[in-house]
Amino acid sequence: MTPDRAASAPADAGPGSAAPWWVPLGLGDRALGVSGFLAMIAAGLLLMFGLPMVVELFGLVQATVFLVMAILALSQGFIWGYGGIMSFGQSAFFGLGGYTYAVAVLNLGDSSVPALLAILVPAGFAALLGYFMFYGRISDAYVGVITLTVTVILFNVMNSTAGDIYHIGAAQLGGFNGMPSVPPLNWPGDPSNALDPEALWYVTAGLLIVVYALLRAILASRFGRVVVAIRENETRATLLGYDPRLYKLIVFAIGGAIAGLAGCLFTNWGGFISPTVFGLAQSAQIIIFVLLGGLGTLLGPILGAVAIQYLISIIGSQQTLNANLLLGVILVGFVLLVPQGVVPAVRSLLRVGR
Amino acid sequence: MTGAPLLQAEGLTMRFGGVTAVDAVDLSLGEVELRCLIGPNGAGKSTFFKMLTGQLQPSAGRILFRGRDITGARTHEIARLGVGIKTQVPNVFNGLSVAENVFVAAARTNSAATARRKAAQALERVGMGALAGRIVGQLAHGQRQWVEIAAVLAQDPDLILLDEPAAGMTHEEVVRTSELIREINQVHALIVVEHDMQFIRMIARTVTVFNQGRILIEDDVDRVLSSQAVRDVYLGKQAA
Repeated sequence: MTPDRAASAPADAGPGSAAPWWVPLGLGDRALGVSGFLAMIAAGLLLMFGLPMVVELFGLVQATVFLVMAILALSQGFIWGYGGIMSFGQSAFFGLGGYTYAVAVLNLGDSSVPALLAILVPAGFAALLGYFMFYGRISDAYVGVITLTVTVILFNVMNSTAGDIYHIGAAQLGGFNGMPSVPPLNWPGDPSNALDPEALWYVTAGLLIVVYALLRAILASRFGRVVVAIRENETRATLLGYDPRLYKLIVFAIGGAIAGLAGCLFTNWGGFISPTVFGLAQSAQIIIFVLLGGLGTLLGPILGAVAIQYLISIIGSQQTLNANLLLGVILVGFVLLVPQGVVPAVRSLLRVGR
Repeated sequence: MTGAPLLQAEGLTMRFGGVTAVDAVDLSLGEVELRCLIGPNGAGKSTFFKMLTGQLQPSAGRILFRGRDITGARTHEIARLGVGIKTQVPNVFNGLSVAENVFVAAARTNSAATARRKAAQALERVGMGALAGRIVGQLAHGQRQWVEIAAVLAQDPDLILLDEPAAGMTHEEVVRTSELIREINQVHALIVVEHDMQFIRMIARTVTVFNQGRILIEDDVDRVLSSQAVRDVYLGKQAA
């Protein structure tokens, strides 16, 4: 279609008719267009290089874990908001990534291969799990149940690995106490040159930007459009000759890879990993990040994760209010008052005001 | 009908427990033929349709598309062979724009630029070009049916299966749809399952009548509609 058709679109084409005709409305971040995307990347870079100038090292270390959670939230936001896959178990891939990194780096010394494994192992595990779920034609509700169950299983398995007999090579798994003193990422090929906390900030922020850009690129591609179409109507997608099982499997594996990356960064951040990463509280938090920020957007999960983590860190420094209680109140409040999440709500407000 | 059939069903049977919904049906469709399937509720039309599209696996019999056995193939595989399907309840991507709905269809076999052009053409054919930017979920029922037909057309299939395309449409929409179907039939073969006799009169040449899981009669539209047996079936009398 020629551009003049877009210009001559009827007045009742509604909000967003200024966008190119093929840009679907109601698709969150994709409606932003290219300029919006570049603005987002610019804002990300500004934050990445600006924050170390204005906050102390302690603040920077805290901000690093916020962004780790933001990457984790992106994985959930992608598979749920765009792929329509309701996973209660993104923490399984997160924890798997963290443990894979810890075990591999303790054995290998240099962190390059372990970091790669921390992405590939959860992705492979997600692909395997996804194969059984999607090719087994399991309904959406059971996908939630199965992913949750897998998380609980991993939690219990890792919990029962206390004692010297449970080790993988040189790495003691440590049961409930977890694995302390995990070496941090180092410059590739030079294990003695480890990243300091400030460098980890740049790596984490940079990777968040990369993951965001990558997901945006995926969603703009033909593959991404089909993924969203399958979310909208699986039967129609099938009747058009697309195999939803394969698309869902790939989406789920990508989500697993991103969650694994977040897990690797998380282990790096604290130099430590324990079975609590598989805990139900962790799984629930990821879902709250996405719900609060906005389902069907990429910016929403990032903001949701940072906001919730920031809030928890504030509450954690005082004794009067229980953090989980407040988290619960916030979740209920949002579901009742802003069910679509912050980012979509703000966007529709901006459109009305235009 | 000339040459080898485009689609052939041989002894197609579907049993649900003790009920035989479709009983050893043979049907043959030529290239660029238009065939209407009619019959009272429960005659087995929709079950037959779903076996053709791979949504149901037949209990017995086989389906040949251009001589190739597609019995038991999955729906997306059948679609890939060149069979476009419009279901009874409109199956569209409600949250996406009209253009995006058709684009996703065209993009299966085309580059993005070609798909965009084909999508625009398909939308013009069904007369929905002006509404390309609208969200499909907000459209009227008849318009959503046309979006679905446009999505099917954008893939340029050899055979198009339409399940009750006129259901829930206003009279003007029905007339418009019948014109559209005749136009589509210039190049594509069609099987249309329909209830609406007026609509059948507008489009049909050959009509196959289903009753109690079998083919009651298969003939020219005028002869079928004047047949006493068909009238009896529709009025609820036992067929002779």
